[in-house]
Amino acid sequence: MRRHCAALIAALVLGGCATPSQDLVVLLPDKEGKVGTVVIQGQKGNAVLNTAYAKARTTPDGGVQRGTATQSEVREVFGSALAAQPPRPISYTLYFESGNDEFTEQSKQEVKGLLAEMARRKAPDITVIGHTDLVGPDPSNDALSLQRAERVKSILAGMGIPADRILTAGRGRREPLIPTAEGVSEPRNRRVEINVR
Amino acid sequence: MGYYKNEASSRALAASGIAKRTNYWGVIMQSTRLIVIRRFLFLLVCACSIAPVAGRADDIAQFRVARGSVYLERSGQRLPARVGTHLQATDTVVTGADGSAGIAFIDNSLLSVGPNSVLAIERYAFNSTTHEGAFESSLRKGTLSVVSGKIAKQSPDAMKVKTPSSILGVRGTEFLVRSND
Repeated sequence: MRRHCAALIAALVLGGCATPSQDLVVLLPDKEGKVGTVVIQGQKGNAVLNTAYAKARTTPDGGVQRGTATQSEVREVFGSALAAQPPRPISYTLYFESGNDEFTEQSKQEVKGLLAEMARRKAPDITVIGHTDLVGPDPSNDALSLQRAERVKSILAGMGIPADRILTAGRGRREPLIPTAEGVSEPRNRRVEINVR
Repeated sequence: MGYYKNEASSRALAASGIAKRTNYWGVIMQSTRLIVIRRFLFLLVCACSIAPVAGRADDIAQFRVARGSVYLERSGQRLPARVGTHLQATDTVVTGADGSAGIAFIDNSLLSVGPNSVLAIERYAFNSTTHEGAFESSLRKGTLSVVSGKIAKQSPDAMKVKTPSSILGVRGTEFLVRSND
């Protein structure tokens, strides 16, 4: 009996040692159904995952084995991690009346939506991102877009959002909403975007 | 292989993209240019007051979800993690057998871990103007769910997740990792 126990323990210990770290990676579609790409580099092999539910497993010899995960496998292994995902960030876009500091009527509605969304979330923080049109070079647009973001930050702070929960960013002319030729003054590109997390 | 190097966090880049956060509490109640929606304001103050106030330039993320046993390891110290707790580059997130946690980063990357997990943030840098940056983390054990953000969208090689036996290069966007220690 004792010998059997010893053998069993030895088998368990050896079994434990003989099974080095094995990883599992599963690629998911995003909320719109689009699928990205993840490259898994093992000690010897590698795999590229670029289809929904494609999976890769590292093998004891350092290789990487491809396969397809089932939804029940995903639920079983990753259910808790998935259930702990933070809410998705939401984006709002605000415009000013030309020539003054007032938001347009539509943007005032957006601000209401933004405040309601912040009230729904636990300990939300936001990034206020200024954007410009394609008039002028990067450095001056970077500065201008940051100024715009800072102005909106002070307005939002004035409405009761704690300023230490507001980050600002100046994205300059890098992300026009409406693609235009160089030097085109496009009001829809002169905007402020707010990400709520 | 260069990937395996544990690079020091580059806070300068992270900080450069984040404009200073001034304390506006003093002016909050002054008259506003826009209509103040009092009901929302009240709810908002309630929602925000749950979290400790700790706005600092090297904060890179916050806990959005913390269930069961969840804590942070920072410079050898163990700190409790709650909803609203800020994270810094080089923090390690640890969950117990009943724990799970969700974290939102300032580039909109979302990471969450299941029970019995150890996730080390090894490097985080984000320039909010250019969206250039670096995001390297290491899942030492447990389970991880990732929704990549602006860093991975801007530069396909900027986001990496390591496990004890592999390195994942992230070109987007949603994926899961389990690491058996």
